[in-house]
Amino acid sequence: MSTKFKILRFDPPKDEQPHFQEYIHTPKPGDTMLEVLKEIRDEQDPSISFRYSCREAVCGSCALTINGTICLACKTQFEALKTDVVVIEPLPNLEIIKDLIVDFKPFWDAYNFIQPYLQPEGQAVPEKGHCVEEKDMEKVFQFITCILCGCCYAACPVATRDGRYIGPAALAKLYRFAIDPRDKRPWSALASVDNPTGVWGCDTVFRCNDVCPKDVRPADGIEGLRRKMIVDRTKHMFGRKK
Amino acid sequence: MVSHDILIVGGGLAGLAAALTSDPKLNVAVLSKVHPIRSHSVAAQGGINAALANNPNAKDDTWEKHAFDTIKGSDYLADQDAAELMCRLAIPTMYELDHWGVPFSRFPGGVIAQRPFGGAGYPRTCYAADRTGQVLLHTLYEQCVRKNVTIYDEIVVTNIVVRDGRCIGLVAYDLATGEIRPFAAKAVIFGTGGYGRIYKLSTNAYINFGSGIGMAYRAGIPLKDLEFVQFHPTALYGKNILITEAARGEGGYLVNNKGRRFMEDYAPTAMELAPRDIVARSITTEILKGNGFENAYVHLDLRHLGREKIEKRLPGIQEICINFSGIDPADTPIPIQPAQHYSMGGIDVDKNCASLVKGFYAAGECACVSVHGANRLGGNSLLDAIVFGKIAGVSASKFINEGGFSGSRDAEITAEAKTLNDQFESIRKRDKGHNVYQLLNDLKILMGDKAGIFRDGKQLQEGLDGLSRLKEASRDAYIYGSCTRFCQEFVTLIEFKYMTDLAETILLGGLKRTETRGSHFRTDFPKRDDDNWLKHTLASYSDKGPVLSYRTVNVDKYKPQERKY
Repeated sequence: MSTKFKILRFDPPKDEQPHFQEYIHTPKPGDTMLEVLKEIRDEQDPSISFRYSCREAVCGSCALTINGTICLACKTQFEALKTDVVVIEPLPNLEIIKDLIVDFKPFWDAYNFIQPYLQPEGQAVPEKGHCVEEKDMEKVFQFITCILCGCCYAACPVATRDGRYIGPAALAKLYRFAIDPRDKRPWSALASVDNPTGVWGCDTVFRCNDVCPKDVRPADGIEGLRRKMIVDRTKHMFGRKK
Repeated sequence: MVSHDILIVGGGLAGLAAALTSDPKLNVAVLSKVHPIRSHSVAAQGGINAALANNPNAKDDTWEKHAFDTIKGSDYLADQDAAELMCRLAIPTMYELDHWGVPFSRFPGGVIAQRPFGGAGYPRTCYAADRTGQVLLHTLYEQCVRKNVTIYDEIVVTNIVVRDGRCIGLVAYDLATGEIRPFAAKAVIFGTGGYGRIYKLSTNAYINFGSGIGMAYRAGIPLKDLEFVQFHPTALYGKNILITEAARGEGGYLVNNKGRRFMEDYAPTAMELAPRDIVARSITTEILKGNGFENAYVHLDLRHLGREKIEKRLPGIQEICINFSGIDPADTPIPIQPAQHYSMGGIDVDKNCASLVKGFYAAGECACVSVHGANRLGGNSLLDAIVFGKIAGVSASKFINEGGFSGSRDAEITAEAKTLNDQFESIRKRDKGHNVYQLLNDLKILMGDKAGIFRDGKQLQEGLDGLSRLKEASRDAYIYGSCTRFCQEFVTLIEFKYMTDLAETILLGGLKRTETRGSHFRTDFPKRDDDNWLKHTLASYSDKGPVLSYRTVNVDKYKPQERKY
């Protein structure tokens, strides 16, 4: 079916303002929105810029806003939109670099801030690896499916309001390490997010959970951190833990 | 000009592993055309091999047995010393990855879990559900953050600058600014990945054009064994998305339209877990015999595994099937067909990842050491990328620390960048000619038709003829779009030249190799010929096309025997 696609175009500093450009295109049956975008680019206008890589919802490159919904273009079926006008915009909450490409700097700054790496005891690799019970390791599996696509950050109303808030993905990542039995970071390491730009900034409206294309439920991580902080603080108060 | 001691090109597993083992006193940076975690390594699913002997059915597994399986799987084209090195290092590497934070699935008792994979005598594939590539890549990236590695992302390297047999730097297209920029380095490591997207049907990411391999070729480094192209047996029909070998490792069946597990006709002992070359040919044969569905695919049936096991061990596969095919594998068999998946061949390097150009190293899929020979075993590519990525970082550091570098030659790199910029500017000024996307599409169809799973001399020659027409047409390819920043059309135009180089070496190497070995199946020469062909193909660039020469395979303990599974 012939469909109208309105794609946001912006090439600063050449353009003063973003604007929509319209394309008429007939997608093939079973096309994803990433395939549609590539077809429009290859057949009609090679100057349209957007990110992509794996086309199978695992690299996290192609997060966009399609008809108002934040999603991965590769995971969104054109037919499922059930509409004859499709509006394609970049992710909100991040600055546009060109067309559908946004600057992920605040997202990566937040990621780097939480020390996103395992901090095991000692430098030496245990001779036979770490011993971790299956059920304990599986607890982190919910969070390691995160592909760092930025959908949650873009959808978060707190991030819209306050650029200092580090956002759902980074906090969920921190929680992933906090519950990993191999990670021995001191409880004080969580202090850096024990504040309104960290876990207490979350409004618990769960937009992050709604838009996450991998069903990570980042807000579970934020909730988990809050619980852990309260428990740790209590223990610390009674001198049981350093 | 940006200048570093070591420049690593590619942010996948090989590149990041190299960054982590490079001497921390040296000034190291990674250049990548995408953010590192968007690299194709992220899409690997099933696992990574190491003879940890953790599986109750593998208590007597050893790295020597892993090496033997790798060599036999390679149809004896792997260099045996290199395969042994990789398999020996696999064991400490797994524990190191665990210590770095890879959340490997566990067995009761807390040890790293291991599952069966194709062509392996023991269940020795370590995994994190079916997201192994993702957790490995994310973990290595996390370690790069910890070590504060400099990363330049969205930089597309276009040329290697070599003077007097020594690599002195790189030229690259900066997507964000649209500039052609020079980069100086004392040593360069390529971990640029494979070329899957020169085939119409490929499991690879859209960005895998293999231009890194082509750049090395143009820089004077031979390409080794490029005719050996792996076709993965099970790609999702219609979308060609990988359905991991772990689906068969966990017990999945391949079934034809008669409802038969047809692998019993081809590999009666190993069945679905025969090596990939054999399974891919068996599926294609069944489809050609009329035993497929819609004459195009067969079924991968997981239903008997039960929903619980599928959700626990293969959640990513279930998600892919639901999203991209609208079926749940717990209820419905998965329609699959073979698709291009991996390049056994690549940039000719030795066990230290060194090439014949001083200061230039390569690791991972873009390189050929060779550990995979004529056919790679599942679970060995992530291992190859990490083990040899680490070796490359050490080798490049050693080269610099031992004074292999002699003085900066920035002016020459800048001049090279200027020359290239002028060439690109003249291309930009063209206002008519061939559309590069159309040319690329033609190339993909040609490679699928002429250099696929089954080959013969006539087809391969037709492929070469068709390719020379495409190369001719590409001389007047032009940029339709007016953009300079994030111009994917421009990137495709740059990479297209390298893609045709790779296509030519695949076709020519395949035409000359008049035998069948591993993934290279010649219907006109259906037998392996060790007397004449137990040797590596080396293709060197010349103005008149590839010049082929050959090198003896390093055969050590394991004398070639017939492969039976």
